[in-house]
Amino acid sequence: MTTLAYADEQLSTATQSQRWVDICRQDQLIEDTGVAALLENGKQVAIFQLALKAQQIYAVSNFDPIGQANVLYRGIVGCVNSEPVVASPLFKQPFSLIDGRCVTDESISISVYPTRINDGKVQLLISD
Amino acid sequence: MSKKQHIVVVGNGMVGHHFVEQLSQSANAEQFEITVLSAEPRLAYDRVHLSEFFAGKSADDLAMTSMDLYQQWQVNFRINAKVDTIDRQGKTLTTQTGEVFSYDKLVLATGSYPFVPPIKGNDNPDCLVYRTIEDLQAISHCASKSKVGVVVGGGLLGLEAANALHHLGLQTHVVEFAPQLMAVQIDKPGGDILRQKIESLGVQVHTNRATTQIVAGDSCRHKLCFSDGEELETDLILFSAGIRPYDQLARQSELDVGERGGIVVNNQCQTSDENIYAIGECALWNNFIFGLVAPGNTMAKVAAEHLQGQSASFTGADMSTKLKLMGVDVGSIGDAHGKTPGSLTYRYEDQVNGVYKAMIVDSEQKKLLGAVLIGDTSEYDSLLQYMLNGIDLPAQPESLILPSNSDKPLLGADALPDTATICSCHNVTKADVITAIDEGAVTLDFIKSCTKASTGCGGCVALLKDVSSNELSCRGVEVKKDICEHFPYSRRELFDLIKIEKITNFNDLMAAHGSGLGCDICKPTAASIFASVWNEYILDKKHQPLQDTNDTFLANMQKDGTYSVVPRIPGGEITPDKLIVIGEVAKQYNLYTKITGGQRIDLFGARKEELPEIWRRLVDAGFETGHAYGKSVRTVKSCVGSTWCRFGVQDSVSMALFIEDRYKGIRSPHKLKFAVSGCTRECAEAQSKDIGVIATENGWNLYVCGNGGMKPRHADLFATDLDDETLIKYIDRVLMFYIETADRLQRTSVWMNNMEGGLEYLQDVVINDSLGLATYLEQHMDSIVGTYQCEWKTTLEDPKALERFKPFVNSDKPDSNIQFVEERGQIRPARPEEKTIAIVVQD
Ligand code: SRM
Ligand SMILES: Cc1cc2nc3c(=O)[nH]c(=O)nc-3n(C[C@H](O)[C@H](O)[C@H](O)COP(=O)(O)OP(=O)(O)OC[C@H]3O[C@@H](n4cnc5c(N)ncnc54)[C@H](O)[C@@H]3O)c2cc1C
Ligand code: SF4
Ligand code: FES
Repeated sequence: MTTLAYADEQLSTATQSQRWVDICRQDQLIEDTGVAALLENGKQVAIFQLALKAQQIYAVSNFDPIGQANVLYRGIVGCVNSEPVVASPLFKQPFSLIDGRCVTDESISISVYPTRINDGKVQLLISD
Repeated sequence: MSKKQHIVVVGNGMVGHHFVEQLSQSANAEQFEITVLSAEPRLAYDRVHLSEFFAGKSADDLAMTSMDLYQQWQVNFRINAKVDTIDRQGKTLTTQTGEVFSYDKLVLATGSYPFVPPIKGNDNPDCLVYRTIEDLQAISHCASKSKVGVVVGGGLLGLEAANALHHLGLQTHVVEFAPQLMAVQIDKPGGDILRQKIESLGVQVHTNRATTQIVAGDSCRHKLCFSDGEELETDLILFSAGIRPYDQLARQSELDVGERGGIVVNNQCQTSDENIYAIGECALWNNFIFGLVAPGNTMAKVAAEHLQGQSASFTGADMSTKLKLMGVDVGSIGDAHGKTPGSLTYRYEDQVNGVYKAMIVDSEQKKLLGAVLIGDTSEYDSLLQYMLNGIDLPAQPESLILPSNSDKPLLGADALPDTATICSCHNVTKADVITAIDEGAVTLDFIKSCTKASTGCGGCVALLKDVSSNELSCRGVEVKKDICEHFPYSRRELFDLIKIEKITNFNDLMAAHGSGLGCDICKPTAASIFASVWNEYILDKKHQPLQDTNDTFLANMQKDGTYSVVPRIPGGEITPDKLIVIGEVAKQYNLYTKITGGQRIDLFGARKEELPEIWRRLVDAGFETGHAYGKSVRTVKSCVGSTWCRFGVQDSVSMALFIEDRYKGIRSPHKLKFAVSGCTRECAEAQSKDIGVIATENGWNLYVCGNGGMKPRHADLFATDLDDETLIKYIDRVLMFYIETADRLQRTSVWMNNMEGGLEYLQDVVINDSLGLATYLEQHMDSIVGTYQCEWKTTLEDPKALERFKPFVNSDKPDSNIQFVEERGQIRPARPEEKTIAIVVQD
């Protein structure tokens, strides 16, 4: 069975330069906190699963552009005006899990990756 | 209804904009059609904060409005539309581009321009001024090809400009014609101190210097020549020699102007033509031009009200100022020069710390007329209120400016009359704040948004907070202490809810009392309360997502994402064998090792995936977690005490060990620090701790609520000559009462400072059991002490918990962005420029 998760409604068919890659099993995610994943190109992704958002899965870059370290998956997840965010564990800035912008300084943002669950596996849409 | 009146506003500076806002947002707005003509290429921006442009703010950041907003307000506007002529007969005006507008009423808000003294050579391209965003762009550009810069003019703005040049990396000089800096606002001795301070920052000040001409330089592009024959080489020249009102339009259309410029206005801000108003820096009221934004805003309000048929009038404005110039605090109030006949002056000067204060009072020493403050402006708010409201001075007026070891009479928020100005930027009085509260504003944010107080320069934030809290609590409104947007409760209320309703996890708490997903404020707070009340393992599946990263990984995160490891070393006592284990572990994992300020050893630079192995070795050797990551007991510092020391009167080490063992691991609103000293010499610094114990011949003296850190506070002596048992009983009660009632992240010192009744109240609760809580507090403490577990030991026994320490869900590779270099024989995090670029993968 394929369940479509966040953000891929607009992108339900991956284009040529994009592909879905397996990251881990869904049961390796920890509800309401993050895990980090390493992509083939060396980039790091922070992946979150939120219980209150119907088990939705969000993936953003793991690099905190303010603290300059790969730490975002270790932040606390929550919401600001009902938009899901992760607060950097270094200096506490909240980043939107929807579009990656830093909610307190809109000039800063991080990348967001579309996600889905396919056959019990967490997949990310990666552009090459 | 009759046709709309057409109001044309010339100039869209700060004041022009304020006028537009006042009129277009008024109840009568639909009677007016407003057109704004701006000579600048953009709509109004915040000139007061112009210098922040150099700190990285963009034109957008400084904007006070936008085209969208004006459209929303149905205000017509043109930018790049300088008005050339007014035809008062035909009631029209023409812009430089030939566009013609007709008006019913005209408002001139043309502000002023920098005065450039008529010196030969002042027209070269490196001669600049400081007024608009374009000016600052030109300065930036010119500075990038200059080494030396001179500001001509040592007034307030000149010094601000000098600061900018200094920050742009130029060797900076200030040239002033008068014998002192800021001659308008401060007296000569104040000017001298200011000069010393500014020179010590590396900016050179030349007073008593009249520039005669600017010629080509030898070592720099230009050279200033002074009337005394001296010269000064420079690449950039910035004129800040005063401002002149933009009154050409008034002259051209034959409105009355002042002898030295400025459009003459009456108390309603009307010019000599009743259909034309002038407001802001172009207006001359009572033969005076106000070079500040606050009086301009008041004029804007008066004009807008008068247009609506209300009888408002402008009655002058206070020119007091408080600012930071190059990091130096400067304040000037009222008659700073003591020009009032019969006035007397008190002066205080501290050359060691560069502090100068002068206070000018009337001949009877009853009223404050003025003041000058350099180097320390902490008394500015109080003094200003004394002056503005004519409050009677205390018997010894000088006590107001003398250093504060003596008890300085404080001017409380309730002592202020209703007419007291709270926010001068927006002319908000105490009465306005009260009205806002009467109309339902119950939070500070709400009061700010309905009165606009504190939304200008921000200088009045503390005063506004004081006055609002005072007013709110007078009415029995509890000042909102909601911890965040997700819970309408204070920490204390949440604590009670959790305890009384026996709530044990965040989801239940949220479902019953909150909304949304929570955040990094309410989640750790709730986790801490669950731990204080139920004391379950903090990394239990239901609690783990609530913890800060430090608690999640049971270690303190460092700037590069690695962690530190702090084993508990109670009382600072450690066996050689244990020292060796620490040394071996540090060596094996290549950790940076340091003795901390808390009498223990910190090992830095552990990768997350190494933490379990490191801790396994430490736990095997008999160490426990030091909770350096938790809001919990850190250390119990101790001296060696009577065992070794010839002065010791009790065994301070044994007591320290007992205390550390009893309270370790308890979660509290903030961290807790203890100390035990073996005698009154106090080598363990117990009086700076949350709980301090000092040995006496007869037992122990207990001190509570001390703090080092950001705002040091000496602990209060709580009880004397206690035996061991009573000492522990009191500590149990004090701590538990703190844990139950303090705010989130409130150290005991702040908790005490905010406690109604203070020390005596706490003594009453703890010693005399005035609330009947003593037994309960002790029992609660006993139950927590009884359920202690070393979190690292528990974690190491749980394979599922250890999963989380893997570097990635899908890989065992270490994070390549973590890199170290060696310094003094140990590692330290590599700085960005030291990292191996090839493997640093950023987003
Ligand atoms: C390691 C140490 C400095 C050192 O090299 O000596 C240290 C290091 C840190 N201190 Fe401290 N403090 C250390 C002793 C102190 C002391 C001295 C003492 O305890 O006798 C003080 C002043 C005493 C006091 O707290 O009253 C102190 C006052 C602070 C404060 C200010 C607290 C306040 O109430 O104002 C903070 C910030 C905070 O907690 O919000 C802080 C916070 C920190 C943090 C946690 C900052 C952070 O979030 O990264 C540092 C991390 C420690 C780590 O990674 O292991 N540290 N810190 C000391 C550890 C002692 C220990 O063995 O546990
Ligand atoms: C660097 C700096 C720091 C300052 N710091 C402070 C401070 O800390 N506190 C304080 O109270 N004040 C401060 N001021 C002063 C404050 O900025 C002014 O008092 C305020 O801007 C005056 O507002 P205004 O609208 O009267 O004039 P302006 O803001 O100068 O606006 C007038 C506008 O009218 C335009 N104009 C002129 N002639 C015409 C025409 N013929 N047709 C169309 N448009 C025209 C001008 O181009 C300008 O845009 C500072 C000023 C500067 C430059
Ligand atoms: S406090 Fe007293 S006992 Fe402790 S070391 Fe100092 S002098 Fe000795
Ligand atoms: S005094 Fe400037 S914001 Fe209130």
